[in-house]
Amino acid sequence: MLRTYEVAFIAAPNTADDDLSKLNSQIEQIITDRGGKITKIDNWGRRKLAYRIGKFDEGVYTFVYLEGSGQEIAEVERRLRVTDFIIRHLTVRTDEALKRAEKLKSKRKVSFKQRSPDDDFDLDIDVEDEELMEEA
Amino acid sequence: MAEMETEERGAKSARMPRGGSRRRRISRLSAEKIDYIDYKDVKLLQSFIAENGKIMPRRLTGVTSQQQRKLVEAIKRARTIALLPFTKF
Repeated sequence: MLRTYEVAFIAAPNTADDDLSKLNSQIEQIITDRGGKITKIDNWGRRKLAYRIGKFDEGVYTFVYLEGSGQEIAEVERRLRVTDFIIRHLTVRTDEALKRAEKLKSKRKVSFKQRSPDDDFDLDIDVEDEELMEEA
Repeated sequence: MAEMETEERGAKSARMPRGGSRRRRISRLSAEKIDYIDYKDVKLLQSFIAENGKIMPRRLTGVTSQQQRKLVEAIKRARTIALLPFTKF
């Protein structure tokens, strides 16, 4: 069973770029060694934290998207925990939620076709609601 | 919070200072057909939290119960990774 995950981690703002890219390649190594595959790495860079973590107001955000069996995650998380410039991390399994979302989407398409051949037609939104949405 | 509850739908006067808090029957989630609520979508999630950082009740936002459950999960994840505050002030 192939699973997809998103691993997010925040590095301290004073982390050297070198250390961060070293960590990234270590993580890549861990994942590929265990048969997983990285689909994407998202780098948000330095970003203000919504609240203070330890003594930091900012952090460097990285998101790693991967697919694999689930074996990789334990080691990646351990790595993140022992790395002292990582101030927060979060792993989310995404395949099930994405599948459910896909199902909702296709279900909606079917019911659209049953109601009306016009695909772009919006069902229940009357004029008043549309006005409200534009305001928002 | 009391102002929001007494406000009638469609009333354009007596508005809350910031958007996203007026009563509406159909939320952005349904209108834009968002099936997967991503915890990284800070802009979207922000429209479902109140000024003080609390998650808005769905009677004020007009989302379905299924959407609300997904929203709550996403907001809590965003809080964990410091994209959203637990509280303000």
